[in-house]
Order: sequence, then C-alpha cells, then structure tokens
Amino acid sequence: MGIHFCGFPPCATSQRRRQAPVHSCFVPRNRTARTAVLGVSVRRPAAGQLPTRSRAALRRRAVVGGLVVLALALVTISFRDPSSGPAGAIQDAGVAILNPFEVAGNRVARPFRDAYGWFDSLFNARSDAKKLRKENEQIRQQLIQNEFAANELQQLKELLAFKEGPSFPKDYNALTASVVNRPSSAFAQSVVVSAGSCDGVEKDAPVVTAQGLVGLVTRTTCHASRVTLLTDESSAVSALDVKTDAAGVVMHASGAGSTLVLSFVAKEDKVEVGDTIATAGWRTKNLSSLYPKGIAIGKVTSVGQSDTDLYKHVQVQPFADFTSIDAVIVLVRKTVP
Amino acid sequence: MTSSLKIAALVFVAAIVQVSMLAPHAVVYGGTPDVLLVTLVCVALLRGSIAGAVAGFAGGLIVDIATLGTLGVTALLLTVAGYWAGRYGETTGRDRAHAVPLAVAVITILVAFGGLGLHYMLGEEVSARRALVTTLLPAVALNVLVAWPVIRLCRVLLRTRGGADRTREVELGV
Repeated sequence: MGIHFCGFPPCATSQRRRQAPVHSCFVPRNRTARTAVLGVSVRRPAAGQLPTRSRAALRRRAVVGGLVVLALALVTISFRDPSSGPAGAIQDAGVAILNPFEVAGNRVARPFRDAYGWFDSLFNARSDAKKLRKENEQIRQQLIQNEFAANELQQLKELLAFKEGPSFPKDYNALTASVVNRPSSAFAQSVVVSAGSCDGVEKDAPVVTAQGLVGLVTRTTCHASRVTLLTDESSAVSALDVKTDAAGVVMHASGAGSTLVLSFVAKEDKVEVGDTIATAGWRTKNLSSLYPKGIAIGKVTSVGQSDTDLYKHVQVQPFADFTSIDAVIVLVRKTVP
Repeated sequence: MTSSLKIAALVFVAAIVQVSMLAPHAVVYGGTPDVLLVTLVCVALLRGSIAGAVAGFAGGLIVDIATLGTLGVTALLLTVAGYWAGRYGETTGRDRAHAVPLAVAVITILVAFGGLGLHYMLGEEVSARRALVTTLLPAVALNVLVAWPVIRLCRVLLRTRGGADRTREVELGV
C-alpha cells in the first residue's frame, strides 16, 4: 500500500477510488490510532453531538464542580451561622442519626482499645517508671528547698519582729546575716555568718536570734565572721535571773549537749525552775560587758546546792536552738557622733 | 447500582470507624491513621474520579457532622482528594503496583496542607508545626500501612462481574 499524497492511506476499494475525486478521500478528524494505521473508515458523528470522551470529561467536571460549589456553600452557611440556621439543623439531625452508629463503634472498639492500652502501658512501663522516679526525685528536692525557704522566711520574720520589738537594745544597730557554715565537729562550737568587717561587724560583737543570745563574734574577715556559740567551752556571759536579780555567769555544761549552767550564783540568792536568764550587761568606770543588758539566754531547768559547795548548781536550757540556726542578727554598736 | 450502594456502605463504615474508633484513640508516635482517606483513595482508584469525588464529599460530610466541625470543610478536602485519586487511577496510575501507596502518601500530605490552609482561612486556631511536622510523617506511614488491607477489601467488595475491577474511563489517544 502506497502512501497517499494527502498523507493518509488511500481509500479502501479501487471502485471508490475511481468514483470519488481525490479531495473527497479524507479521514475523519476524530480518528484513532487504529484508524490511522489500518485505514478503517469511521463515520463522523452528527453535527452538534459531542464525542463520548468529551461527554465523559464534561460530566466529570460538572460533578466535581458541583460538589466543590456545594461544599463551599456549606462552609459559608456553616461559618456564618454555626449553631442555628440550616447548617445547625443539618448537623443536629446528622448527629442524631450518626450517634447510634458511633456508640456501637465505640463499644466494638473498646476491647481493642483496652488491649492496645494494656500492651502499650506494658511496653512503656519501664520508661514510665524511670521517668516518674526522676520526677519524684525532683519534686522531693523541690519540697526540701521549699521547706528550707519557709524555715528561713520564718526565722527572718522573727528576727525582724525582734529587731523592731522593745527588747532590742537601743544603742545597737542590727545587721542581719545568714549562716553560711556550721560547726563541723563537736570541738568547734562556732558558725560562720555572711557579714564581715566591711559590713561593720567588729570582733566581740554579740550575736542573737529572735529567741535569744547565740554567741559572740570572735573573728572577722571582710565579708564573713566567725561566731563562737554559747555552747563553746570558752564562752562565758555574765547573766542574771530576770525575776530575782540573782547574778552569775552562763557557761557551757561540759558533756551535756547544748545545756548551759549558770555558775557562781551565791547560795543565798533565790533562783527557781522556770526563771528566765538574761544578759546582765554590767558597766563599770573603765570596763563594760561585751553583751548589752536584757538579752534572753534561756530558762532555768534545775536548781541544786550542796553543803560543801560555795555556789548553787543552776542548769539553763537556752532559748536559741544552736543546731538549726539559719539567720542571725549581729549587734553593731552605734557610733557616737 | 449495587456498586454504588457498596461504595456508600464502605465510605459510611470507614467514616464511622474513623470518627468513633480511631481518631481520638489510635495515636501512634503522634500520628493517627485515616481510614476514611485511605478507603476513599482506594475507591477512587478502582472506580474513577466521579465515584471518588462523590464518595469524598459524602465521607467528609459525615465527618463534619459527627465532629460538629464547620460543615463542608472536610467534604471539600475529600472531594478534591477523591477526584485527584480517581484521575490518577484513570491516567498514569493504571496498572502500576505502587499506585495505591503513592496516591495514599501524596494525598495524605496534600490533605494536611489543604486542611491547614482552609482552617487558617476560616480563622480557626491551627498549629502548623503540629499539623505538618509532628503528626504528618507518622500519619503518612500509618496510612500507607493501612492501605494494603483496605485496597484488598475494596477489591473484594467492589469486584464486578467478569473481574473488571478497574476504572474504564481512560482512553489514551495517539
């Protein structure tokens, strides 16, 4: 089969080739590959009727376009008036219809969900336990920190109350300092506080808490001072019974923890259990006590005397708790202008 | 007609399963499998773009109603998704083994982006990070995994007489 001049295969029969003019031997424009190769003539569809492919595409586009427009209309209606109106009515009805199916679905799914949850929790139990242990540790640390902070706050409040109270010595300034170091052994009854000579602290300055006398500054640096507590063997404070004015010297009772003794109390002086012992604050022409008068030290817990002794045996329980001091007041003598 | 009813039942069940069973509970690595979307893609690949679009609209509308969301948002997204999947099945996706997972993965991503944009345009609070980073990759992986059993089920349910279970819409012209 030769190639026709118009580029398409010649007509099927020689008779038609003879009868028909050359220009009438055309191939329809909507030919397929099969038509092009095999030369099968296909009748052209009638004018005004679309081919099948075009009809299908048109139908497809119309359906999709219609659905998209419908969806956009629903979005608009629902967005403008979500709860009432047609959208709300549709949703109400829809929910009422769908609800039984959802309930049924939930019931069917529950055993599977539970089984999944069980396996999931089993797999995650180890990591969960580790995570929870860590979290527990952090919370415990935080709780301890909070308790410390609360205690410190309470002590600072008490110090402030003491400082502004009537028992605070008038010729002294109060310098609040926190305890930064505690006694490391039973042999060193002292603490280090966070105020030093640069803050105005001097050696032999009395140190108190809201409860009472704590000790004496025995060493100072620029920003820290060492306070020797009343429980130290070297401490001695002239004191008196607030009720009876019986005088003595408060010292540490050796080997008795934080208990103090009021020594050198004459036998004829009257001291009773429960009496409050405070600093004497004596003053002579050239000398004066290191401690101001009237700072509470402790309470008498026992009184005794024997015929052979020259003085009474008076035991004093200090008001200050030397084992848990967090903040103190250093009494700085006011400078005379 | 029977085929249409089967598709309707399939989409309805998939929507109910998605809404009541999977969406709030089956969270794996932050993502949730979307059985409705996968079913829709499978139906569209097997039955063509019109069936896909109609099924997408119906399924999306069920989800919108059941979740009391803005009516038409999911319907719009799934209509376009179903149409696209159907066209892919009618044209380049024919007779290709990877057509289902590929279509599912791509459509999952496109629906996530489309949903984000649509919700943003409606002025709803959406987290792009959550929608596109945290949950998208696990969701794609889960949907591709779910696609295998779903396409098998769809093939069994939508099989026509003579075994022709593919769309006959396409005519590739020369």
